[in-house]
Amino acid sequence: MHPAPSVILFTVLSGLGFGLLAMLGLGAAPVTGWAAFVAYGAGFGLAVAGLLASTFHLGNPQRALRAFTQWRTSWLSREAWASVAALGLMAPVAASAVFMGRLMPALGAVAAVLCLITVLTTSMIYTQLRTVPRWNHWTTPALFFGHAVAGGALLAGLGNAPILLGLLGLFMALSFRAGDARFAERGHTLATATGLGHGKVRSFAPPHTGTNYLMREMIHVVGRKHALKLRVIAVVFAAVLPAVALVLLPAGLATTLVAAAFHLIGAFAGRWLFFAEAEHVVGLYYGKR
Amino acid sequence: MTALPPPSAKKLGLVIDLDTCVGCHACVTACKGWNDQGYGAPLSDQDAWGANPSGTFLNRVHSYEVTPETGAPQLVHFPKSCLHCENAPCVTVCPTGASYKRAEDGIVLVNESACIGCGLCAWACPYGARELDQAAGVMKKCTLCVDRIYNENLPEVDRVPACVRTCPAGARHFGDLGDPDSAVSQLVAERGGMELMPEQGTRPVNRYLPPRPKDRLEETAPLAPLLDIQATGFAGWLDRLLDRI
Repeated sequence: MHPAPSVILFTVLSGLGFGLLAMLGLGAAPVTGWAAFVAYGAGFGLAVAGLLASTFHLGNPQRALRAFTQWRTSWLSREAWASVAALGLMAPVAASAVFMGRLMPALGAVAAVLCLITVLTTSMIYTQLRTVPRWNHWTTPALFFGHAVAGGALLAGLGNAPILLGLLGLFMALSFRAGDARFAERGHTLATATGLGHGKVRSFAPPHTGTNYLMREMIHVVGRKHALKLRVIAVVFAAVLPAVALVLLPAGLATTLVAAAFHLIGAFAGRWLFFAEAEHVVGLYYGKR
Repeated sequence: MTALPPPSAKKLGLVIDLDTCVGCHACVTACKGWNDQGYGAPLSDQDAWGANPSGTFLNRVHSYEVTPETGAPQLVHFPKSCLHCENAPCVTVCPTGASYKRAEDGIVLVNESACIGCGLCAWACPYGARELDQAAGVMKKCTLCVDRIYNENLPEVDRVPACVRTCPAGARHFGDLGDPDSAVSQLVAERGGMELMPEQGTRPVNRYLPPRPKDRLEETAPLAPLLDIQATGFAGWLDRLLDRI
C-alpha cells in the first residue's frame, strides 16, 4: 500500500495524543495547573493535528462532515464519532485540572475509555480489510493499542513506561514477523484471482503502458527493499532507546522529550513500513504484489 | 445507507467469455466514451499527451499467459470491471453513505455528491474495480451503464452496457443472473461460469466463462490411402509379371 504521509502523520500523532489523554484521564499522572496545561495541551494538540492531517488525503474534504452518518457499518465513521466524543468529554476534565486544580476521576475514566476506543476504531479501518492480509489480523489493533498506551505512558512520565515500551517492542516485532506469511496463508494467487487454474498463469501484458490509480495506491514495491533495516530501526527507536533513556537519565521534562523524540522516529518508521509492506490482493492482477 | 440491502431477486451483471475475447480493448474505449458524457463526473486523464499519461477507467483488459502441464501456452485476454458483488465490501466501509447497492437490481453505485474521496472503498475491493478520479476527487466505478439499460430514449438494441453493445467478438453478455432461466444464467450453467477470488467471500454477480480446452489434432494422415497406388489393367499385368521374374 502507498505510504501516504498524511495518513502516517494522522495515525502516529493522533494515536499518541489519544494515548496520552487516556493516561491523563485515568489519573495515572494526576497533574493540575500549568503541568496539566502542558500535558493536556500536548494530548489535544497531537490528537487534533493528527485528525486534521487525515483530511489532507481526501478528494473532497469540504464534505467531511458526511463521514459521521454511517456509523452502523463503517469503522471510519465510527472513528469520527469516537474521536469527537473522546475529545468532547476530555475537554471539561482538562479544563477542571488546568483552571480549577481539581481532578475529575469518573468523567476522566469514561473519556479515557473513549480515547482507547478511538484508537481501536482507527486500527479497525485497516484490520477489516480482507484485501490486505497483513492487516487483516488481531495483531493490528494490538499494535495500535501498544503504540497508544506505551507512547501515552512515556509522554505522561509514568514510572512503568519502560516496561510498556518493552512490550510495544515485542508487539512490533511480532506483528512484523507474523505478517510476512499471511498473504500466502490466505491462498490468494493469480490463479484464484483469474480463475485460470488449469495451468501456470503469468501476467503477459498489462492493460495499459503507463501507471494508474490502483497501482499508485496499492502496489508499492520500492520501499520493501530496506524493510529489514527499517524494522530494526523502528523497534530500536520506538521501544528500546526511549526505554533505555528513561531508565538511565534522571527523570524530568528533558528526559521525557529525548525519549519522546526517539519514540516518534521509531513510530514513524514503523508506521511507514505498516503501509509500505502491506500487499493488496489487486497486485496479483498486475503480476505484482 | 451503506448497509447492504437484503439479496435482490434481480441481479443484473455481466458474463464475460474468456474463450471468445480477442483483447481488442473496444469495450475499454466504449466504456470511457459513454461514461465521459452523462452519468457523474467525466473520467479524467492526467498528462494525456505527455510522457507519463494516466487516467480513470472503469474497465481494463489484462492479458495472461496460461501454460498447461502439457501442450502449448494459451493467451487469455481478461477484461475486468466491477463485479457488483452481493456481499460488496466497498459499500459497507463507506463512511458517508455515498457508496450503495441498489435493492431493486443489485447494481453497486456511488453517489458522487456525497463522496469525500477517502479511497477506503477502493482499498476494500479485491478486484481493483474502483478508481478515484484525480480531477473530480470522487470515486468512479462501473455503473453497469445504468443510464443506458433503463433509457427509453434509446433504441431497444442499445439498452445494454456500452461495453456489451460494442464488443465485436460477442464476448460480453448482459442480463439478470438472479433468474435461472435467463440467457446469461444458462450460459453460466452450460460453460461453468466462475467467480473471481471466491475466497474473499464477496460473492460477485459477474461471471467469467473459462477458455475452452484447446482442440488436439489426432496423428492422422488423410492422404495416406492415395499414396498406396495399386496398378490396374495393363500396368497391373506388367506389375505382377515383373514380380514373378
